[in-house]
Amino acid sequence: MNNAGTYLYAVTRAEASAPAEDLKGVAGEAVRAITHAGLVAYVSTVPLDRFGEEPLRRSMEDLDWLSETARAHHHVVEEVARTTPTAPVRLVTVYSGEDQIRELLDRRHDDFTATLARITDRQEWGVKAYVDPTAPPSAEEGEKDEAATSPGLAYLKKRQASLRSREEIWRQAAVRGEQIHEVLKSMAVASQRHRPQDPQLSGREEWMILNGAYLVDLDRGAEFARLVDGLRGEGIDVQLTGPWAPYSFAAFAEPSRGETGDDA
Amino acid sequence: MTEPGGVVRRPTSSLSSSGHEPANLGDILERVLDRGIIIAGDIRVNLLDIELLTIKLRLIIASVDTAREMGIDWWEHDPWLSGKDRELVEENRRLRDRLAAMEEGTALPRERTAEVEPPRRRTVKAEVEEQDE
Repeated sequence: MNNAGTYLYAVTRAEASAPAEDLKGVAGEAVRAITHAGLVAYVSTVPLDRFGEEPLRRSMEDLDWLSETARAHHHVVEEVARTTPTAPVRLVTVYSGEDQIRELLDRRHDDFTATLARITDRQEWGVKAYVDPTAPPSAEEGEKDEAATSPGLAYLKKRQASLRSREEIWRQAAVRGEQIHEVLKSMAVASQRHRPQDPQLSGREEWMILNGAYLVDLDRGAEFARLVDGLRGEGIDVQLTGPWAPYSFAAFAEPSRGETGDDA
Repeated sequence: MTEPGGVVRRPTSSLSSSGHEPANLGDILERVLDRGIIIAGDIRVNLLDIELLTIKLRLIIASVDTAREMGIDWWEHDPWLSGKDRELVEENRRLRDRLAAMEEGTALPRERTAEVEPPRRRTVKAEVEEQDE
């Protein structure tokens, strides 16, 4: 077993049904369930020559490998979450064997149970709001002063005015993002604001003014979607993604998390 | 890039059960790397590494998908920013020409010229970085 590790995807309560027989995880390996202490860990066997520390350090930098692995990981989480409340675990969490997974389920039993209780019968929705900043800044004063002062100063003044108006647009957009978040929050059980994505990541040139996650009761999903729809307009686009497995609401409230993580 | 929006959207049809926006790679990576339960496995992937990676991803993800259309410096292709910038460069040159012409006539102190020059590039860059936050 020295050259194989056990890759952990997600944890559920033991009431869960077994994963589909043909469910495949990272590296194309079959996913299986380890039931222990009233919990189920979804795992697959991974070769350590690809999922060991050194190989991982290298391959995490390889975007093709990373996206393939991320999709495979996410696919397993989604499939499990389709049928039962699921606590997703972060990418590339690898243990040396099944015993270590059982030990984890024992040691963190209460954390897992509390997390699962929090997300039961709820779904995570992602909402991103964009504003189109192409409204041209008003070029103000500038010209008027040109005669009175030197052209250099006039230039500087004009530049300043343009910067001010850009700041103003940005400030208003931020306020708008705040408002949208507040509205959505009112229908959610819990919410998280994440860093707005860079245009390169979002694939959109508009400014992302909100990147939020909302934990919403299962039976209010449609209502939440309608609420999101109603927030579009006035230069604001709002994009709904999901439902997601509750990635944003599964974190443990760990008292301290140092370099060593949990002390095994 | 010419049309706004929808550039990096990569459908992952099997993943999202609903009829909403399909999950794109950025959304997935953001979740599987940044969120979910973080516990230390036996194979240690330095947490710091992952955080750095996440930051780096924000910068390079799209370059995989859209490098050809977008290039590396997205702001260079932002119609508003680059449009403004070009306009300012143009204006600045015009003003400096006029300034030079005036100085010949009125013997303005030479420092004026230096004062006009510096804010241009630096301000635009700094501003872009701030906005990037």
